[in-house]
Amino acid sequence: MREITLSQAVNEALAEEMRRDETVFIIGEDVAEAGTPFKVLSGLVEEFGTSRVVDTPIAEPGFMGIAVGAAMTGTRPVVDLMFGDFIYLIMDQLCNQAAKTHYMSGGKLNVPLVLRTNLGATRRSAAQHSQSLHALVAHIPGLKVALPSSAYEAKGLMKTAIRDDNPVVIFEDKLMYQDKAPVPEEEYLIPFGEAKVLREGSDITLIGTSSMVQVCQKAAEALEAEGIFAEVIDPRTIVPLDEATLLASAKKTSRVIVVDEGHQSFGVTGEIASRINEKAFYHLDAPVLRMGAMDVPVPFSPALEDITVPTPEGVVENARRLVRGEMIHAA
Amino acid sequence: MADAPKHNAEDYLRMYRQMVRIRTFEDNANQLYLSAKMPGLTHMYSGEEAVAVGICEALRTTDKITSTHRGHGHCVAKGAEFKEMFCELLGKEEGYCRGKGGSMHIADQSNGNLGANAIVGGSMGIATGAAFTAKLLGKDDVTVCFFGDGATAQGLWYEVMNMAALWKLPVIYACENNGYSEYTKTDEIAAGSIMARAEAFGIESHQVDGQDVLAVNALTEKLVERARKGEGPFFMELMTYRYHGHHVGDINREYYRSKDEEKDWKENRDPIIRFRSWLVAEGIASEEEVEAMNAEIKDDAKAAVDYALSAKYPDQSEVDMHVFTDVTHALA
Ligand SMILES: Cc1ncc(C[n+]2csc(CCOP(=O)(O)OP(=O)(O)O)c2C)c(N)n1
Ligand SMILES: [Mg+2]
Repeated sequence: MREITLSQAVNEALAEEMRRDETVFIIGEDVAEAGTPFKVLSGLVEEFGTSRVVDTPIAEPGFMGIAVGAAMTGTRPVVDLMFGDFIYLIMDQLCNQAAKTHYMSGGKLNVPLVLRTNLGATRRSAAQHSQSLHALVAHIPGLKVALPSSAYEAKGLMKTAIRDDNPVVIFEDKLMYQDKAPVPEEEYLIPFGEAKVLREGSDITLIGTSSMVQVCQKAAEALEAEGIFAEVIDPRTIVPLDEATLLASAKKTSRVIVVDEGHQSFGVTGEIASRINEKAFYHLDAPVLRMGAMDVPVPFSPALEDITVPTPEGVVENARRLVRGEMIHAA
Repeated sequence: MADAPKHNAEDYLRMYRQMVRIRTFEDNANQLYLSAKMPGLTHMYSGEEAVAVGICEALRTTDKITSTHRGHGHCVAKGAEFKEMFCELLGKEEGYCRGKGGSMHIADQSNGNLGANAIVGGSMGIATGAAFTAKLLGKDDVTVCFFGDGATAQGLWYEVMNMAALWKLPVIYACENNGYSEYTKTDEIAAGSIMARAEAFGIESHQVDGQDVLAVNALTEKLVERARKGEGPFFMELMTYRYHGHHVGDINREYYRSKDEEKDWKENRDPIIRFRSWLVAEGIASEEEVEAMNAEIKDDAKAAVDYALSAKYPDQSEVDMHVFTDVTHALA
């Protein structure tokens, strides 16, 4: 199968959906001629014109609000938010308006919009351009949240997101834009709420999201060399969350580590760990372990930044301890 | 050059020096990026020196400024040293922010710089709040809020301008109009006139040639003095130009900006060349003296770069320090 980059995969997904449905449009800063600073959208304005690939001023709450209104009245906007960190600027439009409109109108109004943005540290971009804030939006009822972990997922999830009648937030990992993966030429969609088991194992389950899927995969390889067989699962969407697949794996291996790049406290890892505790407690041989980003603003200095995110080595070490039973009484 | 206000030779030479220091700092920063010695990206201030220097030379140390993602120039102009700046740029312990901030958060806080900011428009509230403090505590400090033309699209500005005008706060909003917001011309993202935005709140507004350090300085001195007396806020639109790309990685930029245009600004309106000719013509400095000053600044920068390159990184134990003021290690 051909291999393309995550960036090309997103570009293809948008182009295909824009060809298929003329109500789909893109709106954001430097999305047209510049194709975004990450060049993900290059070429789209040439095909679809400036009325459907719309450059905006640096006015995030403004264009997000316009997208919400446009979505409520018959279009399907794809909002481009240059950095995930800017989500704080649009919180009212996203969380008070887009997320609640369907509910507050008793099901009469829909907001079929996609917010595409990114996450991920270690680009030496400091505290305001490095955050992974998906837990913030996952907390708000009414928003779906997708976390593609490869070019394949990025394309399939984007197409599903655009056709979804709800507001969907997609966080891409900005370090992965140039990473290649096999992506079929033929059309495919990835349904929301279906986790993917990337590797089967019997000793421990590693649940990783987005950028952390690769970390879990690397850890699993290293563990296998030591005779520990790890199962690796990518939930792909955290809202909706495919509990059934996660629980089945937890029951099978009896040990689980959840790895996610958001801050560890009050985050995605805690939510998943607690669901497993609630629903698979008697099958577990060890407490479900959370591994998130350190609870500090992301520091600029490479000497500090690199130790704030989970690494394969860290996952391996924790997995070993869980398998040896060392953490059973950790309190 | 605009009519010179009453300054002595020393003031003029310091202004020149500060402009050259900014240009030299940026040339070195660019080299560090190109030779892969600097982590991440940075936004160069080259070309806009007369704005930062003309304004900051009208301020006292206790006056405050807020800066932007393109903040090295403001930082130097408000009195920062090369050594701590290069250390910050390279993420070293002796940097102004102990390596935690980097280029986009660089600031010498002891000189009243409240920080560079990676959120466009993110400092507009902070600047207005600093002016609020001055008024509340009865100080005569003035705050200058630097931001770009692109930042005028941020709604926050309209909210804080309204309050600053209602409450007569001692803040000067300084819009560095360099014609571009990232890869887009200002005309394409700003409807109507930028000055009119401030005027709509009854804020006295001025447009000035941002490549003329004397014009910028003369205007700022007047406005600062009046702001100290409670006649603020004010708005200044400084017409200027950035020589490099939006950031150091923005190399192929002909799709949004022509080489001829860049050449014209660099050759015909350069703020340093213009001021240098004026200094020589007025007999304030000779060509030789100017050259000697340039060479000394170059050496200073080189020494600071060398120092920063071999300086040590912060100890890993610093990672959870400074999360809270009253907890030494947040995760201990
Ligand atoms: C809220 C926010 N939106 C977008 C960006 C990305 N961004 C960084 S600089 C910039 C352009 C700023 O233009 P301007 O204000 O004119 O300043 P200049 O770069 O020209 O100095 C943009 C869009 C950001 N950092 N923050
Ligand atoms: Mg600009």
